[in-house]
Amino acid sequence: MDRITVRDVCKTFRLRPGQSVTLDGRKSDRVEVLAGVDLSIRRGEFITLVGPSGSGKSVLLDVIAGLTDATSGSAEIDGRSVTRPHADTAYVFQQYALFPWRTAIENVEYQLEVRGVGKAERRERALHFLNLFGLRGFEDRYPSQLSGGMQQRVAIARSLSSDPQVLLMDEPFAALDAQTRDILQIELLRIWETIRTTVVFVTHSIDEAIFLADRVVVMTARPARVKEIVEIDLPRPRDIECRNGAAFNDYRGHVWNALRDEVRKAQADWSLASAFGH
Amino acid sequence: MTYASSAKGGETPFPTNRRLRFSVANSALRAAASTIGYGLPAMLAFALLWEMAPRLGWINALFFPPLSRVLASLGDMIASGLIVQHLGISLQRAAIGFLLAVAVAIPLGLLMGRYTLFERMSDFLVQTLRNTSQFALLPVFILVLGIGEASKIAITFYAAVFFLLVNTIVGVKSTDPLLLKAARSMGTSDWDLFRKVILPSAIPSIVAGARLGVKSSLFSVIAAEMLAAQSGIGFLIQNSSLMLQTDRMYAGILTLTIAGLLLNYALVAFERRATRWQPHGDETD
Repeated sequence: MDRITVRDVCKTFRLRPGQSVTLDGRKSDRVEVLAGVDLSIRRGEFITLVGPSGSGKSVLLDVIAGLTDATSGSAEIDGRSVTRPHADTAYVFQQYALFPWRTAIENVEYQLEVRGVGKAERRERALHFLNLFGLRGFEDRYPSQLSGGMQQRVAIARSLSSDPQVLLMDEPFAALDAQTRDILQIELLRIWETIRTTVVFVTHSIDEAIFLADRVVVMTARPARVKEIVEIDLPRPRDIECRNGAAFNDYRGHVWNALRDEVRKAQADWSLASAFGH
Repeated sequence: MTYASSAKGGETPFPTNRRLRFSVANSALRAAASTIGYGLPAMLAFALLWEMAPRLGWINALFFPPLSRVLASLGDMIASGLIVQHLGISLQRAAIGFLLAVAVAIPLGLLMGRYTLFERMSDFLVQTLRNTSQFALLPVFILVLGIGEASKIAITFYAAVFFLLVNTIVGVKSTDPLLLKAARSMGTSDWDLFRKVILPSAIPSIVAGARLGVKSSLFSVIAAEMLAAQSGIGFLIQNSSLMLQTDRMYAGILTLTIAGLLLNYALVAFERRATRWQPHGDETD
């Protein structure tokens, strides 16, 4: 049973008045970012999206989240077209997006608060999810008093607090140091094993993509399509050692092969990417 | 998984929040103490100069009485309740005008900061009014509102409202777009977006504007009282000067200075409280 269906999604951005880019020798005020993305994601599946910088992975997440409309095509969750943020979808950002004036627990409570959950219940749920990430004792810290890894733990706890059916993660560990990143990958998998929500996870790291995923979706350079989908048939639960195995190595080579040409194309596109801000 | 647990244990332990807050308050006190400590010699030198210059005949004691006489006069005026009475009136006028400014500027600023069309329509007018001095308008206020309380409250309102308005707009506009996006992704309604995201993120800027506004209100009420009033510290200063009671005049000025200093410290403390979630550097003004 498919949880998320992405059907021929295209997205073209118009630049602000006065801005333009040169694409293939022609000046234009439009940038085509997604050019017909098709993707079916099963219930409870862990999908990772890899692709060169500026290839529109985040835009695809925004479309699935209902934060931006596709120019054409559609994203569906449980068969219904997404037009605005869906109560069963949660989003985790690279820069944590915690409210700096709220303590850790108040941040986790926010999502429940705007949905009208009563005070006692939301406190209890927030505590539960903070504990799940080993944040007991840090409830009353403000984000500025927490390390990056802890801030992202709070942000993930916040996203899970409403029992989402779909969890969208946009390079959530990219701003963290390598060790913290490894730890958070393991923690995320551990928790995911118990809740089995559907995850779409964008990353630049091939290792991260393979380690987490049931399937790795390789995107082309802008304008993006799905280039290849790699099934990752590694046993779960996975531990960090599995990255040293021969099977993992094969997957690494496979994904990198799929990605290499696209990265090269994308690098030729650098000037555009910087002008566009992605 | 030993790897995970050992590395997690390795993260830096933090002091508990209460201790952290306490240490913030403590460091503010220590900063104040060191300001006074370092500043004391210059202050004493200034006081000594003030005392000696008229006594030694360097300046005319009639226009510039020695500090001790000013302080003695201040003591008498405090004892007789004169200072409390006049200061109370001035503070009350400034407070009413300032609070009116808060009530007008914050809702207006939230709208102007949030809705571009609204800002475009009002910006020209606001800029024009903002660059018109409240002192220049005092005769207008007096003509229109009379020499009673209304004209004084009007000038204090005018003196504060633009600081608050501009800082509210800036605060709203500087709301992190990522926070707006995150809030929307969590299904935040427009009203909650205002209340729970935009307003709190604008608070530091609004509070900074309020601090400037309070000061401006207080200064303006003094000027208004000097020109047309029968009470207030401004009246007291001006009246004493006309009567050539210069010790009383300086006592009035000194009162104003001390009130301004205390008010500023109170506002800084309030600002720290309202923005205690921000990592603080040391700020003084």
